[in-house]
Amino acid sequence: MDIHEYQAKEILSSFGVSVPRGGIVYSPETAENKAREIGGSKWVVKAQIHSGARGKAGGVIVCNTPLEVAQATDKLLGKKLVTNQTGPEGKIVNRIYIEEATDIDKELYLGLVFDRSSESIMVVASTEGGMSVEEIAKEKPDSIIRSKIEVAVGIQSFQARELAFGLGIEPELIRRASETIVGCAKAFSELDATMVEVNPLVISKQKQILALDCKMSFDNNAMFRRDKVSELRDKTQEDEKEVYASDRGLNYVSLDGNIGNIINGAGLAMASMDMIKLAGGEPANFLDVGGGATPEKIVKAFKLITMDKKVKVILVNIFAGINRCDWVAEGIVQALERIEIKVPLVIRLAGTNVEKGNKILRDSKLNYIEANTLEDAANKAVAALKK
Amino acid sequence: MAVIIEKNTKILVQGFTGKMGTFHAEEMIKYGSNVVGGVTPGKGGMKHLDRPVFNTVKDAVRHTGATASILFVPPAFAADSAMEAADAGIKTCVAIVDGIPSHDMIRIKRYMRRYSRGGKMTLVGPNCAGIISPGKSMLGIMPGHIYKEGRVGIISRSGTLGYEAAEQMKNLGIGISTSVGIGGDPINGSSFRDIIEKFETDDETDAILMIGEIGGPQEVAAGEFAKENMKKPVIGYIAGLTAPKGRVMGHAGAIVSAYGESAVEKVELLKECGVTISKNPSVMGETVKSVLNVKKI
Repeated sequence: MDIHEYQAKEILSSFGVSVPRGGIVYSPETAENKAREIGGSKWVVKAQIHSGARGKAGGVIVCNTPLEVAQATDKLLGKKLVTNQTGPEGKIVNRIYIEEATDIDKELYLGLVFDRSSESIMVVASTEGGMSVEEIAKEKPDSIIRSKIEVAVGIQSFQARELAFGLGIEPELIRRASETIVGCAKAFSELDATMVEVNPLVISKQKQILALDCKMSFDNNAMFRRDKVSELRDKTQEDEKEVYASDRGLNYVSLDGNIGNIINGAGLAMASMDMIKLAGGEPANFLDVGGGATPEKIVKAFKLITMDKKVKVILVNIFAGINRCDWVAEGIVQALERIEIKVPLVIRLAGTNVEKGNKILRDSKLNYIEANTLEDAANKAVAALKK
Repeated sequence: MAVIIEKNTKILVQGFTGKMGTFHAEEMIKYGSNVVGGVTPGKGGMKHLDRPVFNTVKDAVRHTGATASILFVPPAFAADSAMEAADAGIKTCVAIVDGIPSHDMIRIKRYMRRYSRGGKMTLVGPNCAGIISPGKSMLGIMPGHIYKEGRVGIISRSGTLGYEAAEQMKNLGIGISTSVGIGGDPINGSSFRDIIEKFETDDETDAILMIGEIGGPQEVAAGEFAKENMKKPVIGYIAGLTAPKGRVMGHAGAIVSAYGESAVEKVELLKECGVTISKNPSVMGETVKSVLNVKKI
């Protein structure tokens, strides 16, 4: 789960990380006052969307008067921002963060992620702040320094110090820089984060160390014990169909193609999408109804897929194990008594009692195309598209 | 003997009396697995499915001599249960449960470092289908009848894609020595490399099919191990050719976040390691067959 920049800043500042003064507004009317309240003589108006690269997309505006702050807020609110991370449909701006402008002396990069090779938390830092970590890795790989956190004992001061010295930070600021790194590491460990990124971490001309832009992501599997974090979820930043799916226990990712999929199991779902592509089609989605493929999940899956106007063919591929094909087939028949499907439907069942399952489908009034193998199913779905 | 489990391996079910635990314990017993009892804290002394229930894994091990366990406890308590199993001397623990926080998985793995290499528990999963040695024992939730007895090992992150492979192979007359589902999470108990190493020394396995997917470095790590250390042929398939970058595809671990984690990159890297690649998921069985024919196995 992702959160907004201003939410990440609130969290990190509670862990001892300094951030510029700022405040959140939801309307232009309150923006002018908010700017006065924050104080100073220059402000940055930042669109809050779940994406990086907002600056390049026009989502960050520097203002010299509170009136300009109100105007900039007005301009951004309600707008869809398209960045290189949002996809062509962009993300809606419903919240604006107003922040006192910072006199930047140096821009650094600080990130924390799970390192899957060493199965630990890795701190990544670089003197080349402001660029994305991918760009840094490509263009200035020598600037990157890393430090592995031993989870049993947490980050140690010497590790933070080594990183700070490694970034070339001057001696009188080392302590503050170390505290910043330790704060980020503690937030990561204590809140079940999967990513903390401060980019840029800046040294101001006034010799302050400030987190100028922050991003945090959290482990969805840990939300049961992170009430405060889960409250920060902003569904307006997620795909509507994906929200519908996640609220109903379905694993769904919206894609650009026109063949809708209903599959049981994440691996089999990816494999079926690959077969569609190899057969010359494009999948409209990834959808895993869970290994068990219960009738309730199948009903929800059909509802979800029919919500997607791009879908011109639906492919159902279920490998029934202990749940048996006959039971799954009955579930499909029942689902389709309730939901009308207006596009061609290809169904492939495999596994336990496959003959019985196919017989149930054939004997039903269902209008569908039967397929036997993964390849057959993909070919028939693509062929149905061309008719 | 088969890898990891044998015909008579004594099995405990942790979370025995729950709905999931009961259902799958019955399936395992039907298959012929030697389920000797279970653990549900607070229900010790009861009988369930004609087998004793214990309050703690230690009690259960003391009374039954069990060496393997399978977890059907909710994600919030799963890490605790896995560590309890390790501490009680269980040698093989399969965690079926989906939804264990990654921070908990790291904790389990650090906790297990207190045991010497020889005495360390093999944890398989979480978010997996478990282990089956066809005709011998099933420590998992797979449909046992789709696995024909034979001499090919399977390692798969995905459950249903592993079933798909087993069925394709059965239809071609190819049997399986052991199939291990290692699970779809970013941090898992056993990696491809851990299991492939066991298969290399298993005298009942001639070749290994590795079914991977996007995300993480594990498939390639196993490929590199195979290149340096293995004589048995390895066949691979990687799912997720069409998966967009930076999105989680159902499995928490199926996300491309670094170089070498996409399907195309993994396939290239595995080929360099000498792994024979199944070009699509419909021909996993045929690819295994052609490798067996060429190697005259």
